[in-house]
Amino acid sequence: MPQWNNKLRWFVYAGIALLVLHFAYRGSDVVTQWLALLLLSGLMYILYDNEVFKQARFLLTAVVPYLVVTAIIYLLTAIDPKLYNLWKPWFEAANSFAVIWGFGTWFITRRQRKELAKARERAIEEEENNKVITAMKAQLEVQVAERTQELTQQKEELELALKELKATQSQLIQSEKMASLGELTAGIAHEIQNPLNFVNNFSEVSNELIDEMKEELATGNQQEALEIADDIKQNLEKINHHGKRADAIVKGMLQHSRTSSGQKEPTDINALADEYLRLAYHGLRAKDKSFNAEMKTDFDENIGKINIVAQDVGRVILNLLTNAFYAVTEKKKQSADGFQPIVSVITKKSHDHVSITVSDNGNGIPAAVQEKIFQPFFTTKPTGEGTGLGLSISYEIIKTNGGEIYMQSKEGEGTEFTIQLPA
Amino acid sequence: MMKVLVVDDERDIQALFEQRFRKEIRNKQIEFEFAFSGEEALKYLDLHGQEAVLILSDINMPGMSGLELLARIKKKHYMPPPVVMMITAYGDAENYKTAKELGADEFLTKPVDFKVLKEKLNINS
Repeated sequence: MPQWNNKLRWFVYAGIALLVLHFAYRGSDVVTQWLALLLLSGLMYILYDNEVFKQARFLLTAVVPYLVVTAIIYLLTAIDPKLYNLWKPWFEAANSFAVIWGFGTWFITRRQRKELAKARERAIEEEENNKVITAMKAQLEVQVAERTQELTQQKEELELALKELKATQSQLIQSEKMASLGELTAGIAHEIQNPLNFVNNFSEVSNELIDEMKEELATGNQQEALEIADDIKQNLEKINHHGKRADAIVKGMLQHSRTSSGQKEPTDINALADEYLRLAYHGLRAKDKSFNAEMKTDFDENIGKINIVAQDVGRVILNLLTNAFYAVTEKKKQSADGFQPIVSVITKKSHDHVSITVSDNGNGIPAAVQEKIFQPFFTTKPTGEGTGLGLSISYEIIKTNGGEIYMQSKEGEGTEFTIQLPA
Repeated sequence: MMKVLVVDDERDIQALFEQRFRKEIRNKQIEFEFAFSGEEALKYLDLHGQEAVLILSDINMPGMSGLELLARIKKKHYMPPPVVMMITAYGDAENYKTAKELGADEFLTKPVDFKVLKEKLNINS
């Protein structure tokens, strides 16, 4: 284009020159007219002939009619003015028409060009958008694939965690059982030690007594010998009694550690309560040497036997007793010397059920906490001292045995738990 | 003659002692009284204070423990002051320490070695 810039500039100069001429020399109208026409034609020819100006070719369509009409008018006015005057209106009309045509074409073409450009722009924009969209789509799909993978992984991790949690939960429940068993173990060891001592001691004594008896017989003291024989017999009975006692304790301990068979059997609830009361007491004593509490019992003789899973209900009683002992021990630590911790177990038969009440004169349960105590993992003990499972397991057990468990407590005074079982 | 008060919640202890010391009892060397709780023991002491020279007490008893009984006996200042020996299954350092602090004269573990007990009683009589 630059080379044309110069050439076209000459045309502009020429045009200006003509204008100047026209205004300066009034007389040279015709000359200037023809020169102007030539100039314009020349310009049009250049446009027509050169590839470079292809886009401006519409100007030809616009301008050529005007050129032609104007040329004809000039020729006619030069050659035959009379003819021209005859047809002047027509020529002027044609001239006007040509001018209008020129501008019209110019406008229309311009608008067409503009619309084309717009359309092209739009098309380009759309294509750009499409490119962007496609790129985004591809990116999204990658992201979705990544997310899906993440989610699948998370799901697997969660499933694993859930499995672990369930396993841990059953472990905890088992360890709670073991903990209560552990509490029993020390008490049981002590419980067994006593009868075993008697077995040993009475057998030793009986041994000595037999020697004595032989002596008496040798010296003819039959009366004395018979008395000794009575003593020996008594001793053997005691040995038997204490041996059986130890045996029962061991059996009870084994039963407690075994997972419950869940079988309901007729059970003497008084004996059960008594056994677990003593076991709980000794167990706590073994853990805490300074522990002491007064135990009161009031067993209803008319209860007889009720159908329960003895081992499970026993565990419940043990749990209630352990809690009661803990409560009174805590209160004792905080109280002055005169405080006497008392834990009592009362059994009673009503017309259709049997109730076992464990009460203590400890610190009681604050009202805000009362509704939570049966919740699993809820405990008021310091970390590590309680799993918080005791009461929730007890609640489940009593429910399974067809009964109810209630709690009444007054802060500062004491607490009472009542188990009701169908008779 | 030595009067001994034996305090233990197990009733068969009485039969055991009476048989183990049958010779001594027959020879009037020793006389036993039995209390089955701390409260019973104190009641006996209040009645027969100066008679019981020796008290053998179990530590692990329901209600008043042997150590509490020991403390109360020492507080009451019976004249002459009785000798108190603790017999117990819990032979651990803590119990031993507490017993000594409260003024026990001896600390024996169950099962009772009667030979040893007899020696100690002879030393003390």
